[in-house]
This record gives sequence, structure tokens and C-alpha cells, in this order.
Amino acid sequence: MSAPGGAVGQLSRLLALIPWLLARPGVGVDETAAEFGVTAGQLRKDLELAFLCGLPGHLPDDLIDVQLDGDRIVVTNADTISRPLRLRPDEAVALLVGLRTLAAVPGLHSRDALDRATAKLERAAGDAADAARRISVTVESDPDLGATLARAVGDRRLLRLSYYVPARDEVTERDVDPMRLLVVDGRSYLEGWCRRSEDVRLFRLDRIESVEVRDAPAAAPSDARARDLGEDLFTAAPDDLRVVVDLTPAATWVADAYPYDVMEDRPDGMTRITLRVADPSWVVRLALRLGGDLVVREPADLVERVHDSAVSALSAHGADTPFG
Amino acid sequence: MSAQRTERLLNLVLCLLASRRFVAREQIRTAVPGYATCESDEAFERMFERDKDDLREMGIPLETGSNDVLFDDEIGYRIPRDAYSLPEVSFDPEEVAVLGLAARVWQQATLSDAASSAVRKLAAGGVDVDPDAWSVVEPRVGADEPAFAALYEAVRDRFPVVFPYRTAGSAEVALRHLQPWGIVSWRGRWYVVGHDTDRDDTRVFRLSRVAGEVAPAGPPGSMATAPDVDLGAAVRRFAPPSDAHAARLRIREGAARPLRRSASSVESGEGWDVVEVGFTDLEALAGEVCGYATDVQVISPDALRETVVRRLDALVAGLTPPEGTP
Repeated sequence: MSAPGGAVGQLSRLLALIPWLLARPGVGVDETAAEFGVTAGQLRKDLELAFLCGLPGHLPDDLIDVQLDGDRIVVTNADTISRPLRLRPDEAVALLVGLRTLAAVPGLHSRDALDRATAKLERAAGDAADAARRISVTVESDPDLGATLARAVGDRRLLRLSYYVPARDEVTERDVDPMRLLVVDGRSYLEGWCRRSEDVRLFRLDRIESVEVRDAPAAAPSDARARDLGEDLFTAAPDDLRVVVDLTPAATWVADAYPYDVMEDRPDGMTRITLRVADPSWVVRLALRLGGDLVVREPADLVERVHDSAVSALSAHGADTPFG
Repeated sequence: MSAQRTERLLNLVLCLLASRRFVAREQIRTAVPGYATCESDEAFERMFERDKDDLREMGIPLETGSNDVLFDDEIGYRIPRDAYSLPEVSFDPEEVAVLGLAARVWQQATLSDAASSAVRKLAAGGVDVDPDAWSVVEPRVGADEPAFAALYEAVRDRFPVVFPYRTAGSAEVALRHLQPWGIVSWRGRWYVVGHDTDRDDTRVFRLSRVAGEVAPAGPPGSMATAPDVDLGAAVRRFAPPSDAHAARLRIREGAARPLRRSASSVESGEGWDVVEVGFTDLEALAGEVCGYATDVQVISPDALRETVVRRLDALVAGLTPPEGTP
């Protein structure tokens, strides 16, 4: 078994690990392993290896000294690498572009801290910061709405939202206990407890028609859980309807954009997926939008609904259909 | 094996960092224990060359030179401490919280890992970045497009690229040659901005339309310095205008709010309004109109109404089993 990341990965880790440990004499094995994203076993191997290394001569006084007292780590005699290696371009890019993305988010507190951190990081990164100027993330959202919502989250105020639901093409009124603002791939969302559906919901900022900050405290139930952003933002619920659809190559993006269960390539070149759908109206609207590129196959009553909607839309446009 | 290599590399780094003078190859061979096992000069040379490449790949500034320029001294190596070390930098708790948030922005693997390792280096000085610092905002940036990693590398290391590209609204794929200046996420999609050498002009490409491998068309650093362009502005400028043509629609009262939002004029009537909207992509607007079924009808232009009817016909045809099947 080789170490995670191979020799280069292990060396990179050690060159960051030693300075980190020098600044924290007596720190625990588990805490350190968690910080560096390795198992406690791997961390011990890393430390054993460091213990064998040192300056030319390799007499005891030349070697890095690692003391393991139970699970407490004390590193000494490693002055040569007491400072971490300077940032690589990837590291500078990841953090600097991350900071600039934060700066573009409406309603963020501590704008000053953001500017200060960016300036310090640019200085510390030196030339590695150059590449960060060539990567840009734009965030589009209404700054006034964003600021109002961010304030409501911070002050824990109940909100009354007028919210557009595209699946039913209607505006709904709902009371929401705001939890946080999310910006995912350039689009802004409010995450909150929706008192109408009694569940945690995401509200797209560009679909909020108006917002009223109520004179009442926000009170999301204690078991209301924010989404894990490592997972897909939109996950299916167990009682969602299963809808089988065929997609032409022009519509395969649907499979990327929405949760589905099974995917199968059909002999006629179509891709068949089973979508998990909370509101069947959404499928009707999607099928109408995509014309012949998305064909609903099951369940039968939904196929009929799409068919009837299309036929009425045709007659509304003064066209008869040969299949009507 | 891997642990032995790590040990040798770490000893090499320590040896070259500790010396202010250039260290000759033969001295390195004696001083770094890992090289003692080399049975021949060739084996040592091979191993040492590979180790130097590894150190440079990690961003370690390995310098080559000789200690005395007047005499024909042997070439040696050193790692200057100033160039090696992260400069002293300290962050207050508020700045630390902001850095923790910034480190969580990326969902793309390379940059997400790089953000974590950057934070560990910055935290080495004693400032702990709380990864779970509570915040009211949580930005996330993904990059699912397969072309992202290769184009990011090209932009970072400044080399030209060539890639197959599918033009909007067409199935045709053509090879494009590009000097990439930068990449931009706009409205949740990634674009690359650069100089298209085939067309000798600035062009913007959508990463999701790259239809295959992005190959280097030159070595790292071989690209002319990119002009100082506002990448976001470049993408917005090259995006098609949204109102090249005008359409008149009859919309049921209260329906189709997104269409009304982009309207240039609305005439209210009895139960129905007449709404004028600008558009560029006929098929896209037709699809949107179809989505509202009977709530939106096309008044003009005829081409839009015909497209709506054609799309609905295709939909009905797809749902209707061919005659003769059970």
C-alpha cells in the first residue's frame, strides 16, 4: 500500500504538517489527522518517516525529533522547514477566486474582513496569485433583495414571500423561517423552513416576487436540517411519482439537471430515464417546452395529460392535429 | 517503495534548504542517504533527475548554479529559503472565518483539494480556520464540464489549445485553435475567453459545447501575455443580444410571469393581455410559449406561430403509437 497521493503527495503533506505541529506542541493525533484529511494510522506513518529524516550527517542531533506521548505529538529540531512551502498557483487560485466569489454575493457581512484577507493573501501568494486574475466567477442577483434576506437571516425574522412556482405558473404566498442564503453555480437561493409545506425548502431569489419582513421571530423547528452541499442540492423524496421519459440527444441535459433512478439507452437512439417528480404539472410543462425531444412513456394518465394539453394548445393556435 | 521515495525527497529538500551555497551532485549523492543504494552513476543520474522534476512540480524553487563564476566550478543546486517559504502572514479571527468560507466555495476536485491545502499552509502559523464557521451565506461553484480541468490548466500555465467544438444550434463539430486568456463562470455556466487563431479575433466558447479532448498546442508558457481584459464583460458582450426581434403574445390574465417580466409593453384587456417581448432564438421562445399550453398564444410573427405548431405536432406525434401497433 502506498501513501495517499504517492511520494509527492506525502511529501507535500509532511512539508505542511511539520510547521503546523511545530506551532502546536502537544496537539492530539486525531485532531491532526482530521485537519490533514488522513487516517490516524497514516498520520503515524508520516511521523515515523519524518523521524528518519534530517540534515546531512544524519547524526541524532541532525534528525527531526518526533515525540509521541500517548496520542500527543511534539515535534522539535525541524527549524529548516519551520515555515510552510509557499502557495502553489492552484492553491492561490482556489482561495482568491473563492474570496472574490464571496465578494460578489449580496448581503455578505464583514466586507472589510473580506478585503483585508484578500489583500494579505495576494501579498503572501506572490506570483502564484497571477493565475487567479484569469479565472472569474460572476454572481447575478438583486443586491437589495439579497441584503434584505441576509439581514432577516442574521436577525432571525420571519418572512412572508410571494413566490413564483413555474410548474403551476402561479404565485404563492408563504411564511418562511429563513436559515441561510446559498449561491450555487451563480444562482442565489434562500434556504428556509416553509410553514406551508412544513419542510425545508430552497427559494430561488429570481422567483421571489416580493418579500415582507414580519414582526415575528423566525422559529424553524429544531430538527429542520440544512442541506449538505456536498450532495446534490435537489434530492428526490421517497413518495415522489416515478415518471418514465425518453430523451433525444438534444434533451439529454434533462438527465444532468434533475434526479432520476434508472438510465437506459434505447435501440432508437433515445435515452430512457425514470424521473422522480414531486409535482406532475412540472413534467407536463417540461414536455410541452421540449416538443418532441422529451416523450413521456409512463404513467399512462400523465401521458394522456401531456397529449391533451398539447392538443388544446394546438387548437388555441388555430391548428388541427392529424393525430388529435 | 513510496515511503522510501518520500524519505529520500524530504532529506534532499532539507539538504538543499540548509545550505546557502550550491551543493554539487556528488555531494548530494553522499549526503542524502537514499542515493547510497544506487549501483551505478547512471542509476543515480536517473533517480536525481526524476526527484528534481518532482520537487519543481510541487512548486519548490530549486535553483541551479555554481558558487564561483570566475572558475569553472561544478554546477550545483540549492533551495533559497526566502523563495521556498510562505511569507509571514497573520489573519485576525474575522479574516480567518472569511478564508474558511472561501475554501468551501469550490466543488471541483482539483481546486477543492488545493483550497484545503492552502488553508493548512496558512494555518501552520497558528491560526486555525474553522471549517464549520457558521455563516448566513454559502456560495458554491461547481465545474462539471469535462473540459474544465484541461482548459483551467492551459489558462494557468499559459499555453494554446486545440479542441473540437459544437457551435450553438448546430450538430456540426469543428476543430478550434485558441490562445485562452481566462475562464469565466457566468449564469452558472463556464466559458473560455481568448484569441481564436483561426479567425484571428477574440472569441468566447462555452465549455459544455466542447465535444472531445482539449489538447495542448504548445508548451507551458508559450502563449503571448494575455491582454488585460474584463473576462465577465467579454462573455456578456459575446452572448447574443436578447431582443433582436419582437413578438406579440396574447397571455391569459395573471399567467406566464417570466414572459411578462421581460416584456417591453403590456396592453391589458378583458381576461387577456397583449404582451410584446424581444427575442433572438426563435426555437427557445417557441418552447417557452408551448410550456404555457393554452395560456399563451402567438399573435406575431408568423414564423413563431408556425414553430410553436410544429413543436406541438412533434410532441403529439411522439406520444401517439404508430398505427398497427397494439
